[in-house]
Amino acid sequence: MTALALQLLQMVLVLAAAPLLTGVVRKVKARLVGRRGPSPLQPYRDLLRLLRKEAVVAENASWLFRVAPYLVFAALWLAASLVPTFTTGLLLQPTADLIALVALLASARFMTALAGLDIGTSFGGIGSSRDMMIASLAEPAMLLVIFTVSIVAGSTALASVADYMREAEVGLRVSLAMALVALIMVALAENARIPVDNPATHLELTMVHEAMVLEYSGRHLALIEAAAMLKLLFYISLIACIFAPWGLAAPGEGAAVAAFALTAWSAKLLLGAIALAVLETSIAKMRVFRVSEFLGGALLLGLLAVIFLYVSRGI
Amino acid sequence: MLASILIALVPLLALGPASLVAPRAPAARIAVYGGTAILAGAIGLIAAAHLVTGSAPEAAGLPLGLPWLTARFRLDALSAFFLMIANGGAAAASIYGIGYGKHEAEPERVIPAFPLFLAAIDLTLLADDAFSFLLSWETMSVTSWALVLATHREPDTLRAAQLYLVMASGGTLLLLMAFGVLAQLAGAYDFESIRSATPAPAAAVLALVLAFLGTGSKAGLVPLHAWLPLAHPAAPSHVSALMSGVMTKVALYAMVRITFDLVGSVPWWWGGVMMAVGGITAVVGVLFAIVEQDLKRLLAYSTVENIGIVVTALGLAAAFRDNGMPEIAGLAFAAALLHALNHAVFKSLLFLGAGAIATATGARDLGRLGGLIGRMPQTAFAMLVGAGAIAALPPLNGFVSEWLLFQAVLKGPLLPQWELKIAAAVIAALLALAAALAATCFVRAFGIAFLGRPRSPEAAAASEVEPSMRWTLLVLAGLCLALGILPMLGLMPMTRLGEAVIGAAAVPPEARSWIWLTPPAAGGNSYGGIVVLIVITVFAVMTRIGIHSLASHRLRRAKPWACGFDAPVHAAQYSASSFAQPVRRVFAGLVRAEERVDMPEPGDLRPAHFAASWRDASWDFFYNPIGAAVGWLSLTLNQLQFLTIRKYLSLMFAALVGLLFLVAVTQ
Amino acid sequence: MKDLYFDTAHMLGAAVLLLSFALLFQRRLSGVINTFAAQAVVLAMAAAWQGFVQGAPHLYITALVALVFKAVAIPVALHRIVRLLMIHRTVETALSIGLTMVVGVALVTLAILLVLPVTSDSAALTRENLALALSVVLLGLLTMITRRNAVTQVIGFMSLENGLILAAVGVSGMPLVVEMSVAFAVMVAFIIFGIFFFQIRERFDTLDLHYLESFRGERS
Repeated sequence: MTALALQLLQMVLVLAAAPLLTGVVRKVKARLVGRRGPSPLQPYRDLLRLLRKEAVVAENASWLFRVAPYLVFAALWLAASLVPTFTTGLLLQPTADLIALVALLASARFMTALAGLDIGTSFGGIGSSRDMMIASLAEPAMLLVIFTVSIVAGSTALASVADYMREAEVGLRVSLAMALVALIMVALAENARIPVDNPATHLELTMVHEAMVLEYSGRHLALIEAAAMLKLLFYISLIACIFAPWGLAAPGEGAAVAAFALTAWSAKLLLGAIALAVLETSIAKMRVFRVSEFLGGALLLGLLAVIFLYVSRGI
Repeated sequence: MLASILIALVPLLALGPASLVAPRAPAARIAVYGGTAILAGAIGLIAAAHLVTGSAPEAAGLPLGLPWLTARFRLDALSAFFLMIANGGAAAASIYGIGYGKHEAEPERVIPAFPLFLAAIDLTLLADDAFSFLLSWETMSVTSWALVLATHREPDTLRAAQLYLVMASGGTLLLLMAFGVLAQLAGAYDFESIRSATPAPAAAVLALVLAFLGTGSKAGLVPLHAWLPLAHPAAPSHVSALMSGVMTKVALYAMVRITFDLVGSVPWWWGGVMMAVGGITAVVGVLFAIVEQDLKRLLAYSTVENIGIVVTALGLAAAFRDNGMPEIAGLAFAAALLHALNHAVFKSLLFLGAGAIATATGARDLGRLGGLIGRMPQTAFAMLVGAGAIAALPPLNGFVSEWLLFQAVLKGPLLPQWELKIAAAVIAALLALAAALAATCFVRAFGIAFLGRPRSPEAAAASEVEPSMRWTLLVLAGLCLALGILPMLGLMPMTRLGEAVIGAAAVPPEARSWIWLTPPAAGGNSYGGIVVLIVITVFAVMTRIGIHSLASHRLRRAKPWACGFDAPVHAAQYSASSFAQPVRRVFAGLVRAEERVDMPEPGDLRPAHFAASWRDASWDFFYNPIGAAVGWLSLTLNQLQFLTIRKYLSLMFAALVGLLFLVAVTQ
Repeated sequence: MKDLYFDTAHMLGAAVLLLSFALLFQRRLSGVINTFAAQAVVLAMAAAWQGFVQGAPHLYITALVALVFKAVAIPVALHRIVRLLMIHRTVETALSIGLTMVVGVALVTLAILLVLPVTSDSAALTRENLALALSVVLLGLLTMITRRNAVTQVIGFMSLENGLILAAVGVSGMPLVVEMSVAFAVMVAFIIFGIFFFQIRERFDTLDLHYLESFRGERS
């Protein structure tokens, strides 16, 4: 029963927090470059505005174009609801297998990329093509990170990983540090952040993710944007849950622990947002075809992480 | 059960010759394909029953073939599993053929060979001695070669068929040599004696290498795959489906039979070799699939990829088994076989779908397709499911076998050998890369063929194909989903198979659950396909309800944004070639990509030209050097034809003395 | 607590290794020099940390040497040279960057495979350190052979030296003399190479060794 309640709470919480997280990143970025920037609440207003507008759909759009936003949003919402953000005692926790999570995100991307091709304009095509290329390199890097983590923790179930990382004497490990760096690189690419893509650009030729969803408007665009916000939340929570699981409440612990865990999670999200903003302000976007080197680097770093695991103690 | 299968094979063998009475008559088509479908369905069901009931192996000897040999046949769990795959795929292809055959230009070239091809496949799977195995194997090669030649009026077919014949003969020769090595040690050609004999390590390795190359060339392992993307697509689509979906599985069966059953003791490093070859095959195959422009050839390259995945899993199983970890070996083995089954389902679906597209539009080139989702909605839906399955997306079946395989690879660090520990990490990276690239490949294949605007008048005028074809596609798509959400459907028949071949089943009966897939060897990790399906459906429905109650319902249709151009031209869409450009650039070295831009000077009025091309690297790195070496050798040896008689005599003398010396030394 | 000491040492060693990869990844000469400086800073931290853990004050001097010469003096001088000679242009690679990285990872794997059996009886602590140091040395060599530009070659050489020092500070009881001589060797090498640059510049008007080869008749 509590598991169900906690699960529902998490589903609501991630939905509520995702736009705020994006808003905070934008605000901090604005402050860093000396602008005042919009209020962190602006994303909520944007989403509401989009929901109220009529949806304009291209004449030749198929059913796939209209179904995709719902599926993408559902997949990302599910993914974000599965990560142990403040407690490991969620109802759907058994489904939170890391490999299945990666595949869930891949399904969402598959649908978005197909929707990008549906209208038959160049923008959608260029976006889909590049997004899939980026994902093709990011996914194996992600899997090697999972490989490292699961060898250390002995499981690919996210809750067990979090429990292990919190309780066992893991210590500082070269492999885990490398895996963390690789995961951050993957997260930057997957979330279409600088240096891989620019979430703020609306110059057609420099954008990847934004180009892919260019034809969306109204409620469909709201869903797509919310899904992107959920994805950011998902990745920051995932990194926090694996590499900084401190403060997570175990199932059956009291309300006070859960409340503390919620605070800890908010603090982690805030820190992640600030770190992301600082990173994005301090580096420049790279050319599209250097992205392969960047992600290839992440892939090799993941490989190094696994290999160093063998030399380090205790394995 | 073996007897009933053998009895069912008699009418199957008779169907082909019988159809020669009136091969062009529609009745012949319906009789042959209908008959094949019924017989294949029956054989498949018998095989499935054999697996599910857990019956003991059955053997039979028939007085066929050479006078002093009896042809032996045997039905055990391994052959029953592959019989189930093969006949299931064949039944689907046959039902599809009833409708598809109507559009055939020269049905008399397809109909007689089709049942023979299937019969040869079944006999190969049942054979229990080297002689009947090789005879059936070669019959399978020759009948499929004849089926490839059915489209002999198309320009590329002749080259494809010639290459296929050469490669198939070479493969059979290698298998013959492998059996020769094994039989020489066992003293007999029947599998029973070979199985019970324990070959010396060196001889076992020699047999393993020969058998791996022989079966690998049929299955399409890089670099022996070059014939496959030419020959598979050249045949009519239902035959392509059989060749890619089923015949490659027969090659895998032969690989498993010889490696794990007949030779028995596989050294761990051979498992490592299989993993390496499999991993490279997977990545290289999918890379070529991504840059390929022809839909059916793209599918054939993707077959190469999937064979690579299966062989990697088999290698992993061999490595774990040799190191005394049968549970994990069983997990890897189950991943391999489940992937073989899944691949048979979705590759048949995709090839048959490509056939439906070819029937409706007359085109296989992605550059001439587009926008078919509106004109062929049911085909499009089935193909979308197939694309998702092959891209390993949950909750479809491709993901289940990938998940099992990753669970086995994740156990790689438990292996004692350092080489294998590190190989496991590299293999994990390669497999993940292959899976992610497969998603890219099928976004491209589906997106360019079915989405966007029609790229040719034929695509614009396409219409849905007839019911027998459509329903086959939809049933196969349903199977993709069923095997994805209820993985036990595929794993349950495998229980005894794993115990018999490897020593442990991935999911022993006590761990069996229809909801959660929890192989004990995976250490508590679980995947619930049906749970994922239900949960994602619930989330999507909640989203839908939420949006419906919150958001505006208004919807307006408008022209798409094309930078201000009023009438969007179909040629301004992203094309198959441009979609592949990022991958072509990133992996330029492997796909031998070249882009040539011919840009006129300012003021020059001729149009600019852009040409992108790529080549299969196996030609550059493997076949052409071999060809050049053979050519050089022939030229060099050619001089032998122009010697004086005295020199010929001295050569013969030298040979004689050499042989005598050899005899003297060895005695 | 003892674990944490060693973990931190390994972490710093890993950072040196990652910066070696970063050296391979850089395309601009100034980026290469800055990465090298960063590597020297981390190396100094590693040496200082080892000095603290082992209670060996002479390692602080090694750290200081690394910090002053390698992290400050040499990069500043190299920046000067780059500015003087106006060779800001991109680094010319003999092998594509992606491929170099793959070779790099293969070399690290090789280093680990080499170190493992040799140190099978010693503790995991030393062997991780040795594996890291050997990897840095091999990557330094790789930098030298895959980059055409002379400045990059010098940096590759010094990065190789960094690997040697990393190995030396990891083993307790290494006398200070050795480190000083290593540092001086690097200085000498630097001076020689510095003179060398100007020589090449005067003669051939470029720092690309490619031209030197054609002068010697190795290339047409």
